[in-house]
Amino acid sequence: MAVLLALRDVDARYGQVAALRGVTLTVDEGEIVAILGANGAGKTTTLRAVSGTVRRSGTIELAGRSVARKGPEAMARLGVAHVPEGRGTFSELTVWENLRLGAHVRRGSLKDDFARVFEYFPWLEERRAQQAGTLSGGEQQMLALGRAVMQRPRLLLLDEPSLGLAPLVVAEIFRIVGELNEREGTAVLLVEQNARTSLAAASRAYVLEVGQVAFSGSSDELAERDTIRKSYLGY
Amino acid sequence: MAIRPTTSWIVPAGLAAICLFLVIGSLDSALFAQQTVSGLANGGIYASLAVALVLIYRATEVINFAQGALATFTTYIAWQLFAWGLSYWEGFFATLAIAFVVGFGVELVAIRPVERRGNQLTVVIAAIGLLILVEGAIGWIWGNDIKFMPPPFPAHIYRVGGVSFSRQDLSTIGISIAAVVLLWLFFQFTKVGLAMRAAAVRPDAARLVGVRVSWMLSLGWGLAAVLGAVAGLMAAASPATLLQPSMMDSVLIYAFAAAVLGGLESAAGAVIGALLIGVALNLLSAYVSWVTPQLLLPVAFLLMLVFLLVKPSGLFGRTRVRKV
Repeated sequence: MAVLLALRDVDARYGQVAALRGVTLTVDEGEIVAILGANGAGKTTTLRAVSGTVRRSGTIELAGRSVARKGPEAMARLGVAHVPEGRGTFSELTVWENLRLGAHVRRGSLKDDFARVFEYFPWLEERRAQQAGTLSGGEQQMLALGRAVMQRPRLLLLDEPSLGLAPLVVAEIFRIVGELNEREGTAVLLVEQNARTSLAAASRAYVLEVGQVAFSGSSDELAERDTIRKSYLGY
Repeated sequence: MAIRPTTSWIVPAGLAAICLFLVIGSLDSALFAQQTVSGLANGGIYASLAVALVLIYRATEVINFAQGALATFTTYIAWQLFAWGLSYWEGFFATLAIAFVVGFGVELVAIRPVERRGNQLTVVIAAIGLLILVEGAIGWIWGNDIKFMPPPFPAHIYRVGGVSFSRQDLSTIGISIAAVVLLWLFFQFTKVGLAMRAAAVRPDAARLVGVRVSWMLSLGWGLAAVLGAVAGLMAAASPATLLQPSMMDSVLIYAFAAAVLGGLESAAGAVIGALLIGVALNLLSAYVSWVTPQLLLPVAFLLMLVFLLVKPSGLFGRTRVRKV
C-alpha cells in the first residue's frame, strides 16, 4: 500500500510549551491507524499538526506532497477531514446546514453525497431541519462523521469519538467508521482514550509519551506487550 | 458555553399589541397614520444600518463605529456619480457596487492587520479611527458645505381615504425592506451565505471544513457597507436630512440603539427595533409637546435604557450561560 500521510520529525508548540518533539509516523492509503497515550502526551496535537491548526515544523507529506506549511482551509481542500474533540458541530445551524458545510470544498451536485450520508445515518434525514445543538452527544458525533463523509476525504482525523458517550453508541460509531474505511477506502488516523476499542479498529498504532513516539507496531503486537497492556489497557 | 433562547411569548405579544395600537390609531386619525408611515420610513433607514452593525457584530463581536461614516462616504460617491450625469438608478446600483469594494477593502487594509495582532478592543479603536479618517476625507474631497441629492422618484403624494402618504416615505420603506430581505435570502439559501454564518458562529470549525474565514469577514464588511450605502442614499434623499459629512452620525446612534434593542445578534430584532424607534420618535414628536427635535435623542435613549433594564438581552437576544 502506498503511503498517504507521512510525518517526519514533527515538532509542535503552544506558545513556549513544546507539545510534539520529533514525531514520526505514517498512514497508508485505506489504513486505520490509532494513536494511544496518556493525557497531554500529544495525541490531539498530532492530529492538529496534520490539519494545520497548530504551529508545527518538520516534514509532513500527504500523498508525497509537502503540506507542512498549509493551513486548515488548504488541508480541507486536499482531502483531510478533521473531526475535532468536541466534534466541531455548528450548534446554531441545522443538521442539513452542518452537512452542507462538510461539502464546502466540493463542487458539483451533492445529491449522491446526501443520499450516502442518509444511508449511513437514516435518522439524520428526518431531522435535517433540526438545530444541531439540540441533538444528543452521540447524535452530534454521528453528525460530525456525516459532515466528514460529505467532504469525501482521503484521510479522516478522528479525535476522541467516544468521549462521554454510552458504550452502545460508541460501538455504533466504530462500526460506521469501519464501514466508511472499507467502502470508501478512507484512511483514518484515530485518537482514542479507550485503547481496547481503538486497537480493535486499527491495524497499527503509535504510543505517544510526552510528545514523542514511545512504541509503534501492529495492533496485535501492541496489545501483547506488557507495558502497553498495563498502562493503557488496564489488565 | 451553552446558549439558551429566552424569547418567550411576552415579546411577540408585546409586538402584536403595538401593531394593533398603530393600526387602530391610523384608522382613527389621518395625522396618526401619516406620522406612523413616515416613522416607518425613518425606521427603514435605521434598519439598514442596524443590520449592517449586526452583520459585523455577529462575525467579530465588534461594533463598527465607522459604519455611519462609510455610509456617508458612499453617499457622496453617489452624489459625485449623479453630478457626472448618471441617472438615479444607474448611480444607485453603481454606488452599491463601489460600497461593496470599499467595505471589503477597508476590512482588508485597516481591520485585518489590527485584528490579527490585537483583540476586540483594538478593532473598536481602529474603527473609531476610521470614523474620524473617513469623515475628514469626505470634507477634504467634497468640502463641508451641504449638498443636495436627487430623490429616487419624483415627489408625489398618494391619498388613501383622506390620508396622504408621500412616495418618498413609501419608497424608503420599500427599498430598505427589500435590501434586508435580499440579504437574508443570501444568508439563508446560498453556499457563501452559509459559509459566512458558519465562520461567524464557529470560526475554528469553519476553517476545518475549508471555509476561508478571513475572506468571509471581508465579505461581511463589504455587504455591511452595501447596506450602509442603501441607508445613506435613503437618508440623503429624505427632506429632513441633508448631505453633509456628519449626515449619518445621528442615524448611526439610532441604528446602534435599534441593534441593541434587537439583541445585537439578531438581524430580525434589529429591523423590528429600528422600526419601533422610527415610529416611536415620530409619534412622540408629533403628540408630546415638550419633545422637541433636540430632545429626540435623549428620549430615545431613555426609552432604550428602560427597556434594557426590563429585558437586558434585547427583544430577540439570547442569554449566554457560561458553564464554569
